[in-house]
Amino acid sequence: MDRVILHSDLNNFYASVECLYRPEIRDKPVAVCGDPAARHGIVLAKNYLAKATGIKTGEVIWQAKQKCPDLVVIPPNFPLYLRFSRLARLIYADYTDQVESFGLDEAWLDVTGSQHIYGDGLKIANEIRERVKAEMGVTVSVGVSYNKIFAKLGSDMQKPDATTVISRDNFKQMVWPLPAGDLLYVGHATKRKLARYGINTIGDIANTDRKFLKSSLGKWGEVLWAFANGYDNSPVIAMGEETLIKSIGNSITTPRDLKTDEDVQMIFYVLSESVAARMREHGFKCRTVQITVRNSLLFSFTVQGKLNRPTNLSADLAAKAVALFREHYNWENPIRSIGLRGCDLLAADTHEQLCLFADEDKWLKQERLELTVDELRRRFGHFSVQRAALLNDNELGSINPRDDHVIHPTSFFKEGKLP
Amino acid sequence: MKYNNPNKLYVSVKAIFYPDGGLRPISFIGEDGQEYEIAKVTDVRRAASLKAGGVGVRYSCKVNNKEVYLFLEEDRWFMEKR
Repeated sequence: MDRVILHSDLNNFYASVECLYRPEIRDKPVAVCGDPAARHGIVLAKNYLAKATGIKTGEVIWQAKQKCPDLVVIPPNFPLYLRFSRLARLIYADYTDQVESFGLDEAWLDVTGSQHIYGDGLKIANEIRERVKAEMGVTVSVGVSYNKIFAKLGSDMQKPDATTVISRDNFKQMVWPLPAGDLLYVGHATKRKLARYGINTIGDIANTDRKFLKSSLGKWGEVLWAFANGYDNSPVIAMGEETLIKSIGNSITTPRDLKTDEDVQMIFYVLSESVAARMREHGFKCRTVQITVRNSLLFSFTVQGKLNRPTNLSADLAAKAVALFREHYNWENPIRSIGLRGCDLLAADTHEQLCLFADEDKWLKQERLELTVDELRRRFGHFSVQRAALLNDNELGSINPRDDHVIHPTSFFKEGKLP
Repeated sequence: MKYNNPNKLYVSVKAIFYPDGGLRPISFIGEDGQEYEIAKVTDVRRAASLKAGGVGVRYSCKVNNKEVYLFLEEDRWFMEKR
């Protein structure tokens, strides 16, 4: 049976919220812009009146004002937008538990299993639209389809406050004439590349030989081909706006320069314990490990590598970090500072593919061990339990990046009250 | 940052918080400084107020036989200016 996927997109999100809260500007062209003093003075969002003058998101304020001299420029109020994003998610949650946020203003919903209760995708989409309008005072456009890619394209087709259904019967008429650049993951570079081969629409991508796309664009070529043909079967992953935290990392300038692999290994243990503990605290696992190394000449580089499985265990992080380091550093100079970061985060309670050839029991044991260490440290202090390897060197072993707050990534958005 | 909306009146409200978590407004102090008794709450739902510019839980209240909307937005009450 086909899935039923909704993509819900809050129209002109920041600008709509501002217009709701400022009735006096509703009939004027409005742009929500970053702070010019902090060198963030670009257009973040605009309403339809501003859009009509040709203003684009990402433009600098003075450019926008040239196009539209009476533009009303408003600073962003992120806590308020975050609150609205949560309100929308509460509405979605009435229809399904499978909601995947894509930024603050977009989300995919898998309502396949909710149809006997709430009616088909179109009915649910329309109900969500009505509720968002009544309960939040802003509008959404909803795309309904059998995969995430088409659902997203659908939500873009009619704005504001509309539902667009893209089915197996009509997708060739609806999706294929669209420019290739509308497809998710087709950026400027890919678009240009495709245009060189005379591939301009999504239909062109769909009807190009898959092997040709693969040879010219790499594995993404195949992915795009599948997207364009409606073969995308990526699941809607239940996750929240908390994944706005994109990575968790620590870096440290060590008390003395590091000179050997053992030194570096020790620091990676220290860092990975801190990073892993924080990932567990926030309920994340990472799929990629990134290390940053800066030597005594202040030359620095960053490399990253994929893990075999998502993890939030310090042993896994440290092993990967050390492997990356060995592969990329030749010890021409001693090292001054070092960083470790877990990226490509996903929620820790996501289902996971077990491996036939790995020792799952050992992994579970390791997980229990690290959780126990967390608990011991919480009760008796950080240095109550330590790796033996760290006892070799008092200076390096006694670093506690977690509590010393060397670099602590905090979520961009803080829980805030209304102004 | 301030949102100054002349149609949004923040008001003082007396309310009962029930042990089961429920909440019922009893009276509020109007713009004229007078306290108005809420005879009955006829409807409670999440709603936006386009006029006042805000969203919250909207209590439809019977006051002197007229319907009045009270909005609980986060931890403040407001009503729409008549």
